Amino acid sequence: MAIGLEHYLTVAAIMFVTGVFGIFLNRKNVIIILMSIELMLLAININLVAFSSYLGDLTGQVFALFILTVAAAEAAIGLAILVCFFRNRGSIAVEDINMMKG
Amino acid sequence: MNNFSNDLLAAAPEVALAIGAMVLLMVGVFVGGSEERKGRVVLPMALALLLAVGFVVPRFDGAQSAFNGLFITDDFSRFAKVLILFSAAIMLFLGTDYLRRNNLLKFEYSVLIIFATLGMCMMVSANDLIALYMGLELQALSLYVIAAFRRDSTRSTEAGLKYFVLGALSSGLLLYGASLIYGYAGTTQFDRIAVAVSDTDAPLGLLFGLAFFIAGLAFKISAAPFHMWTPDVYEGAPTPVTAFFATAPKIAAGALFARAMIEPFNGIQADWQQILAFLAICSMFLGAFAGIGQTNIKRLMAYSSIGHMGFALVGLTAGGEQGVQAMLVYLSIYLVMNIGVFAFLLTVTRNGVQATQIVDFAGLAKTNPASAAAVAVLMFSLAGIPPLAGFFGKFFVFGAAVDAGLGWLAVAGVIASVISAYYYLRIVKLMYFDEPGEPLEIVGGIEHRIAWGVAALLMLFAVAPFEPFNGLGAPEAAAKAAEALLN
Repeated sequence: MAIGLEHYLTVAAIMFVTGVFGIFLNRKNVIIILMSIELMLLAININLVAFSSYLGDLTGQVFALFILTVAAAEAAIGLAILVCFFRNRGSIAVEDINMMKG
Repeated sequence: MNNFSNDLLAAAPEVALAIGAMVLLMVGVFVGGSEERKGRVVLPMALALLLAVGFVVPRFDGAQSAFNGLFITDDFSRFAKVLILFSAAIMLFLGTDYLRRNNLLKFEYSVLIIFATLGMCMMVSANDLIALYMGLELQALSLYVIAAFRRDSTRSTEAGLKYFVLGALSSGLLLYGASLIYGYAGTTQFDRIAVAVSDTDAPLGLLFGLAFFIAGLAFKISAAPFHMWTPDVYEGAPTPVTAFFATAPKIAAGALFARAMIEPFNGIQADWQQILAFLAICSMFLGAFAGIGQTNIKRLMAYSSIGHMGFALVGLTAGGEQGVQAMLVYLSIYLVMNIGVFAFLLTVTRNGVQATQIVDFAGLAKTNPASAAAVAVLMFSLAGIPPLAGFFGKFFVFGAAVDAGLGWLAVAGVIASVISAYYYLRIVKLMYFDEPGEPLEIVGGIEHRIAWGVAALLMLFAVAPFEPFNGLGAPEAAAKAAEALLN
């Protein structure tokens, strides 16, 4: 069986949905949310690179490189905010992020 | 080489902001002394930079695309940039006093505001999915940090954390949509996507991507049902940050939304119109109903802004030149009203503590008649009561909706507007007819009084005696901007 575009898209879609559900269904730990976000961004990169190779157009791979860079910055900022939050609250459990209702 | 310098000239405002922000970072590091002294030195420079760029932007003319079509300057982007730069400068200036009182006056604050503003200018000038994403992320990453700017407060850091998680999720949705759009249109550039879309019936994958893309953008302008972060972030963040969030980023995201819909996808308007109409209705009614039970004024303003974004989306849903113009006029009026209200909220304290409960304002008319009158005018305008400017904003968007054959959307908007009038008028009633509790203190300087006074006067006198609504030339400028976007 030849691996075609649709296989890549399916894998990416499954990864992306796993990431989204990881954010919504996770009741334990904020670190898991950060991992889910990373998973989503990687799924998008698979999509972009697969399309790029299928179309024979480099833009998608350039886009993927930009996303990798931004994802690193995003993780750094997320962890920094998380450290600040931990210093104040003494916990990073998702159910403890409840000072404000909603 | 000549080509490259032309490109740089087209992006001169952004280049100036980027270099200025980095210079100010250096200034902050090299100036000696306490944190506050650094803040005091850097803040005027930041203000000067924002204002200078704000005055230079409207001097450019015509439409020019730069950097191989990734970046575009036209009347539309200039209109949005002027609003963004001036509101960022005003909010930075008005927040100074609060920051000083709460020991938050650090130089990083000014620098982060400039970086966020730079991101917003990139967003409204983006002509390509990659440029759009980079601008959006620069803005979002700066905003996550300033939401959590009061590092020793659980509420502020919690606001930052919530904003970060939901913001990252929304970027993910937007990107997934962008990847599908790229795959099915074969390009990331807006004008080429427009060509790909108009050729044939849009493929299903592209529509699927478009839905994700719109969901991501809706997060950024806090349209329901993607609004969950807004009330918590508004409540938890320090008030100057909330004031900033309510103004410049909303304008930028709204303008970005308009460009991202109209420029590449104008050919399949029927497909995105339904999604936008749904978002608009959800936002208007959620803003109207959820605001009723609120006791915290910042939370109330969050629901108010969700509702107002719904009204702005009605204009975009209508589409066409008239719809985009109505949306831009609406956003400008929204901006002035919010600057006025937050200028007031930044200054009211009780026993040295910031007053954030709505009941705190009871009897304000007896102790501070002038400020109570100004706030009452702003509240009436937010509610959309004629002959104030807020009414004309709504009039324009509903008119555009009716002309586009979306009369039902306008009717829904009027109903939502009437419901939301309840909570605005409740504040007026509290100020005028309830007994004062402990007296409120207005701690701000003259600049705050000027800000809310001018905002209130603008709302009152936007109706010139000769024309039905001249709005200081905003409608003409918006019309020019809308024309630039559609042609």
